[in-house]
Amino acid sequence: MNHTSTAERMLRGILLTLVLLFFLFPIFWIFLMSFQTNEDILRIPPSPFFTPTLENYIALISGKLSTVAGDLDIAFMRNLWNSVLLSSLSVGVALILGVPAAYAFARFKFRLGENIAFTLLSFRFAPPLLVLLPLSLYFSELGLSDTYLGLVWVYQLIALPLILWIVRGYFEDISPDIENAYRIDGHSWAKTFRKIAIPLARPGIAAASLLAFIFCWNNFVFALVLASADKQPVTVGALAFVTASGIQYGQVASAIVLSVTPTLLLALYAQRYLVEGLSLGAVKG
Amino acid sequence: MTTLELNAVKKSFKDDEVLSGLSLSADEGETVVIFGPSGTGKTVLLRLISGIYDPDDGDIRMDGTSMIGIAPEQRGVGMAFQNFALYPHMEASENIASPLHARGGTPAQIAEKVRDIASLLKIDHVLGHRPKELSNGQKQRTALARALVAGPKILLLDDPLRNVDAKLRFEMRLELPRLLREFQSTTLYVTQDYKEAMALGDRIAVLLNGGFAQVATPEDIYRDPVNIEVAKLFGDPTINLIPSSIVSESGHIHIDLAGSRVALSADYGHAAGREIYAGIRPEAIGVSQTPIEDALQVELIAVTPLNERVVMLLHLADGTEFFASSPEDGAADSREHGPAFASINPATLLIFDRESGQRIQPHTP
Repeated sequence: MNHTSTAERMLRGILLTLVLLFFLFPIFWIFLMSFQTNEDILRIPPSPFFTPTLENYIALISGKLSTVAGDLDIAFMRNLWNSVLLSSLSVGVALILGVPAAYAFARFKFRLGENIAFTLLSFRFAPPLLVLLPLSLYFSELGLSDTYLGLVWVYQLIALPLILWIVRGYFEDISPDIENAYRIDGHSWAKTFRKIAIPLARPGIAAASLLAFIFCWNNFVFALVLASADKQPVTVGALAFVTASGIQYGQVASAIVLSVTPTLLLALYAQRYLVEGLSLGAVKG
Repeated sequence: MTTLELNAVKKSFKDDEVLSGLSLSADEGETVVIFGPSGTGKTVLLRLISGIYDPDDGDIRMDGTSMIGIAPEQRGVGMAFQNFALYPHMEASENIASPLHARGGTPAQIAEKVRDIASLLKIDHVLGHRPKELSNGQKQRTALARALVAGPKILLLDDPLRNVDAKLRFEMRLELPRLLREFQSTTLYVTQDYKEAMALGDRIAVLLNGGFAQVATPEDIYRDPVNIEVAKLFGDPTINLIPSSIVSESGHIHIDLAGSRVALSADYGHAAGREIYAGIRPEAIGVSQTPIEDALQVELIAVTPLNERVVMLLHLADGTEFFASSPEDGAADSREHGPAFASINPATLLIFDRESGQRIQPHTP
């Protein structure tokens, strides 16, 4: 079946390498930067040769940033923890609300069903800044500003529509007869949902959760407006590296490396669910 | 004893009435084949009985208890779907065990029952496989095993042989009656293959236009169809329908087929003068190229072998086409295009009213 010649294979290899270089180079450069001092980074012309230092990481982890203008306290580790907490809680809440809702939208026709689903989706295209001003007023009124609860709630604007729409598609792909068969066997509706619908939609649920997690993780503007320093995630916390004595590129780079790592690990872990076949040949081909 | 009773069951989807008030009752251990062309609502009927759909009107009773408003999981029926509907994330053994888990029992008892039914259906060697690793025949047997394993009082089989190859279909057609007898379940079997219907059914219920046109034993349906539509559904080649009329002449009744007379019993006297279709089963026509007494003069156009039979295309004097079939007797080769003689046994003639399509029965005094 292999009709490709050696030349073609080589060409393909070269092209793939070029594409990889193009996309991975910035990340690789940032990785190098995270081990350099600010002086090394700002050297002209730039050079890939330098004496590696762990100074940036030490500063981040210990929370003490030394600049020429004096020592600064930075809450990077706290921000990182906030990111983990906010993103996981948001995805968790969105799963609890979104998966049953997705099932309902996929299986049952009800009045205004499509409208409700579309309204939820439309949250994705509303510019966040538009809702932020009224939201911040409501939040201070309700005592929700600068609370994890408030942030997780707002993050549902990001996570819920994503989970709802992706998972709905996966539920729709499951033949209703598989669920009907399980109920005729004598199992309750709730058990059918748990034992048939959820396991069969698992690749979709995993994909949607991962995406939602990344989107929450990368969110900047909600937390910037609605939370103060001790509740802020890394995206907002990175602003602290713009100091009176200049931008701390080294720390920014190491902060990026540290904050990308959890999502990267999660993506690698979730990959096996993402590629898992959905239908698995239950129904005739 | 009646285990399943349908009473004026109606079901519509939007404005489309699929079942318009049909009734049926099935006795314990009986196999009733629901037969009809595709799109007549056979599958809908099974889904109403299993509880996937609710009827708009009418009643469904099992052992005398109304099932209206009872959830599928509480009805205790067994069902095999046309598309198998196996659980893709479970091994064949777990698929089969599913109804047993719902009914309770120790793991050892469940495992034993699964093994028993699997060896009965010859799938014990693939119990550890997931559905995607099974062949279509094995999938179908797994689905059948799942429907049967809990010994349901009512078994619903939705065209289970539709998606398997011809050899397997034939095997199962032989095997199923034995299996169904063993389980003593009242079985509703949906199919659109008339041979399958005739082979498996204690009775056949012909579903046409939202209702049962006829419910009877296979022999009665074949010999004694109530109307043209039912007559056309059974037989290969299909029944010949030749337009004619019933003529009464000095006490003798006959029909006129392109100038040739076929005498009818005097019991058709009440229908004299009516426009009819003469329904003649191809195998009830004897064809010979040597003259026979009282035979129709026909033209033999073509001879085609069909399995163990030969099918002959014949023309009446006015060019009306009809088919005759007879067992392959070696004489086929000698038959050639040209004049021939067709003899029709008047007792096998089915007379249908030309306008309504209804059967005209002889009136015995």
